[in-house]
Amino acid sequence: MLSRVANGLYWMSRYIERAENTTRLVDVNLQLLLNFRSLNDDTLEGHWMPIVQSTGDEEIFAELYPNASGENVSEFFVFQEKNPNSIVSCIMLARENARTVRDQISVEFWTELNRIYLFVRSKKATKLWQVSPNDFFLEVRNSSLLLQGLADATIMRNEGWLFMHLGRNLERADKTSRMLDIRQAATARDVSPRLRNQEDALGWSAMLRSCSAWDAYKALHGSDVQPVYVAQFLLLNEDFPRSARFCIDQVTRALRRISNVREGNFTNNVERLAGLLHSELQYCDPKEIFEIGLHAYIDQLQTKLNDISSELVQIYILQSFELEEDVQESEPTPEPQMEQQQQ
Amino acid sequence: MLSARHFRKEFVNFEVARNIYIHICGTDIIRDADGQYLVLEDNARCPSGVSYMLENRRALKRTFPKSFEAIGVRPVEHYSDELLRVLDYTSPNSAPDPTVVLLTPGVHNSAYFEHTYLARQMGIQIVEGRDLIVRDQHVFMRTTLGLQPVNVIYRRVDDDFLDPTVFRSDSTLGVPGLVDAYRAGNVSLANAIGTGVADDKVMYYFVPQMIKYYLDQDPILPNVDTYLANEDKDRAYILENIEKLVVKSANEAGGYGMLVGPHSTAEECNRFRKLVKAEPRNYVAQPTISLSRHPTYTGSEFAGRHIDLRPYILYGENPVVIPGGLTRVALRENSLVVNSSQGGGSKDTWVLYGDE
Repeated sequence: MLSRVANGLYWMSRYIERAENTTRLVDVNLQLLLNFRSLNDDTLEGHWMPIVQSTGDEEIFAELYPNASGENVSEFFVFQEKNPNSIVSCIMLARENARTVRDQISVEFWTELNRIYLFVRSKKATKLWQVSPNDFFLEVRNSSLLLQGLADATIMRNEGWLFMHLGRNLERADKTSRMLDIRQAATARDVSPRLRNQEDALGWSAMLRSCSAWDAYKALHGSDVQPVYVAQFLLLNEDFPRSARFCIDQVTRALRRISNVREGNFTNNVERLAGLLHSELQYCDPKEIFEIGLHAYIDQLQTKLNDISSELVQIYILQSFELEEDVQESEPTPEPQMEQQQQ
Repeated sequence: MLSARHFRKEFVNFEVARNIYIHICGTDIIRDADGQYLVLEDNARCPSGVSYMLENRRALKRTFPKSFEAIGVRPVEHYSDELLRVLDYTSPNSAPDPTVVLLTPGVHNSAYFEHTYLARQMGIQIVEGRDLIVRDQHVFMRTTLGLQPVNVIYRRVDDDFLDPTVFRSDSTLGVPGLVDAYRAGNVSLANAIGTGVADDKVMYYFVPQMIKYYLDQDPILPNVDTYLANEDKDRAYILENIEKLVVKSANEAGGYGMLVGPHSTAEECNRFRKLVKAEPRNYVAQPTISLSRHPTYTGSEFAGRHIDLRPYILYGENPVVIPGGLTRVALRENSLVVNSSQGGGSKDTWVLYGDE
């Protein structure tokens, strides 16, 4: 597969997943506000600013808005085209990438992506957002889920699909952990494995809902919402499809299929890094997370996810573009030999 | 020939694979008031529009499924198979399974849809210039598995933009070193470099003479009478009768740079008089031909609209004429300009099974 095409599919998929998760992120925070007793400017600023910081876009934000009010922050995350991570930007970028790989995706997939693109840029969308943010979020989220279903039901499971799958799962692991991180920041004290008051419990359960994790969590732990369980669930659960471990499991499988290598082996650095992280998540004791500190743990996790992504891009995409000056005398095609060795 | 804009002197005496220059040809054909078929122009460089032929057929089949069987319409769907066969055939090395790619200028090109459509139909990669790299006079594409050799390029990029080291140096659409690899005989291009000379409307004038000279035959389909502004007598005739003529720029496509005298104002005619005088080599003129008409749905009723026909001819091991083609229709009443860039539409075209 062409590196440029793999790149387009990977980012298209990441941006769709990112748009979906941004709806989850803003949604959970709008809900959280309902739980505050008093809302003065400082509380608001203290509430919203960490969220802006968590996506690393505080510089752009500061240029565009005087203060971090709920209205400003949510506008920044939803419609602001100058914010490359806003929902509208993500959908535009997803579509822009899709255009360059139009021949790789099904008609149904393209039609839906185009539909949501036209929707978020329409007046109808702004109106819906003003009247009922929740319905707006639902529209975007459902579209992302539909696209995921279409990818799974209408697109060949070839290399291209695997790159889409990688993009989606890396993005999801990153965003799930980020939601957890914001929640722990909002709890304000050093998060202990156990909660002290009811207000916090509400916040943690709202976060679980935003990750579509509430029902699954309840089935495991009842309505006993404790940070230690929530962290264990969102980071380490083997079967929940939005947990970091589940996503990384998917990543390692996809990587192995691309290079056709057996489980437990690796042929390049991205497979090695992903495999390492997967085994860490597999064998992690939840107590360790709180010994290191939830925030520090998530920080490390995100660094590892970033490393996996940049290594992936380097190996499969950039590498073939960095060969310009490096002229070899022999036939520069070692790849077929590698395949033979594996057989 | 030497003054044709698309003449590439770099390729004089150059031998192309299998001695084929024009792999894909789309010749525009019209019918005049007497019902005589005439060749209106040649498209030997990079004829487009074939995806319309295929999509129109699909649409009509969905709409009138029964008619096809009852009437006996010949299929056109094998176009992409035939095209792939031609491209395979022109592979320079005798590799049993050559790698064929389609080179597109990218998503911003107006024919990008057609490029992806054809690549998909043929099951080949659609590449942009930046996806290719030349090493030791061989062309490779950049893939997730490293560099993979490319044998045949169906290029939808004009000569000018193909290789910045040889042609336009500001081109970002091309592949540095491609021409070198082509010269070395390690990759073939369809169509060959320089075939644009045949699209020059001055060259068109000489085609019947070429047929006579090389084949010792009279053309089966005659040309439209043409006046060359470069010839003193013809130019005088053009300047005098411009209101009655169609004046065309020799190297424009898409219905740009042309004047339909009878449908133009005195001011427009005068502007073209000046253009013809300033650059006679660049203009030809033809009598205004009343193209045949076809019932066309205009939104409220059926009415006659002028049409022309572009059949597609493929040339590999044997020449293949696809039994169908792109019928272009000028949707505006009385308009004689059928180009889609000028608001033209298209129609499916049926060739029926005969008694054979």
